[in-house]
Amino acid sequence: MDNATLKERISGLVPDAEYQESKQFLTFIIPLDKMHGLALKLKQEADLAFDYLFCLTAVDRNDFFEVVYHLESTTLKHQLELKVRTADRDHVAVDTVCDVWGTAEFHEREAYDLMGITFNNHPDLRRIFLDESWKGHPLRKDYVDEVNIIEL
Amino acid sequence: MKEDINPPVRNIEEEYHINIGPQHPSTHGVLRLVASLKGETVTSLKPHCGYIHRGIEKMCEKDTYPQVIHLTDRMDYLSAHINNHVVCLLVEKALEVDVPERVQYIRTIMDELTRIASHQLWWGCFGMDMGGQTCLLYGMRDREKILDAFEESCGSRLLHSYYTPGGLMKDIHPNFQKKVKDFIKYFRKKIHDYDCILTGNVIMQERTKGVGILTKEEAIDYGVTGPTGRASGFSCDVRKRYPYGVYDRVGFKEILGTKGDTFERYMMRMLEMRESMNIIEQLIDNIPAGDYTAKMKAVLKLPAGEYYQRVESARGELGVYVVSDGNKSPYRMKFRSPNFSNLSALDHICRGFKIADLIAISGSLDFVIPDIDR
Repeated sequence: MDNATLKERISGLVPDAEYQESKQFLTFIIPLDKMHGLALKLKQEADLAFDYLFCLTAVDRNDFFEVVYHLESTTLKHQLELKVRTADRDHVAVDTVCDVWGTAEFHEREAYDLMGITFNNHPDLRRIFLDESWKGHPLRKDYVDEVNIIEL
Repeated sequence: MKEDINPPVRNIEEEYHINIGPQHPSTHGVLRLVASLKGETVTSLKPHCGYIHRGIEKMCEKDTYPQVIHLTDRMDYLSAHINNHVVCLLVEKALEVDVPERVQYIRTIMDELTRIASHQLWWGCFGMDMGGQTCLLYGMRDREKILDAFEESCGSRLLHSYYTPGGLMKDIHPNFQKKVKDFIKYFRKKIHDYDCILTGNVIMQERTKGVGILTKEEAIDYGVTGPTGRASGFSCDVRKRYPYGVYDRVGFKEILGTKGDTFERYMMRMLEMRESMNIIEQLIDNIPAGDYTAKMKAVLKLPAGEYYQRVESARGELGVYVVSDGNKSPYRMKFRSPNFSNLSALDHICRGFKIADLIAISGSLDFVIPDIDR
């Protein structure tokens, strides 16, 4: 499916999805509560067939956090970038997609560990790299650690 | 009162846990696996990572793009050139730099040499996991020839940092082409020995065939890429799907398996080494003359926006996602490392197999732990 058709298709599925101009991927900002429903449709519907989640990450945008999903269809060869924005820095719960794509389980744990995003309904949301006793989430822009991070 | 003289009998149906690692030869680094067992059968497996987490993504936010390249070496140290390549390609794409032909040829050759060297070491370690010490010595011995060629051109044997945005740190050494050709001539004979020692070995085949099966659907679902994914039939070779360097100009096969068991994963890498040699042979005599780097500005500032670049490392699809705010260092840099996704499938692959098979399975997934932890 080419990007123009795909764009219409996504807008049809989630009318309030916001299209974002991007050079590389077709990018949409999806409302927080619609992401899980959309994910299921993206994987299951035959003309979309997004079966491969090749990257999931989170970005600190100062006022809010952004969870970025990079998707690809291995059969139909099209790609898509989806973003979900949290309301603010304190309300950081996003619905998990690891029931849709298995690889999301580890990537979401990483996003939780380093960026502090919590994922609703995640089966095993624990820190993945840092110790359970670690305070704070290092990839946040307001994270201060005078002992472990050396400022030059 | 009559005393109970019979000692208590341990219920073998009871589930118990075994801790493998973090210091264990078969985990090839500091990875801890907690296996739940019923008898000898693995019922579930929990990987614990982070023992070598250095916060590379956080460090990148303080570094300039040329500096970031030196950190990428330290992720998957066995495919250092390829890790450098992904950052260089991303910066070049963002700045719309045309890289000289010569650079693209040299980079492709270096990438393929890296892939062979990495697979050689893997073969040695895999052989050792299966109980054959000879393999490690053979693998190390032959890998040395590639490292010698690297050393002459890059000045370093393991962590090269040879690529820079726009080109290379230095031109190749005059001996490089001869050394590489000699190596290929030498290794074409030696890889036959590899097959004689390990591939045809009955014990090895008995231990790997039908063990640790991962289907194609599961491989895609867990994002398992590289030789591991291809053994399951997932056509995931980035060199074919999104060609970079001069991969679109050379003829090579994407090796695909069907069974997805440990033996198939083993065979993928053995065949890939041969395919890499074919690629190098097509390029080594045709390196065009020219500059070894494009003209670049002293300070590289990427235009504000988001970028994604992927390459095929020796272990699978390596991706880098950069958010730039127009400054000289990235606002956010995320590495999608192949091993991290491959590790997430390990629990699923191991369930139902014996604890002894776990060593063969995790060996066939070819983990490099610093790449998982970053």
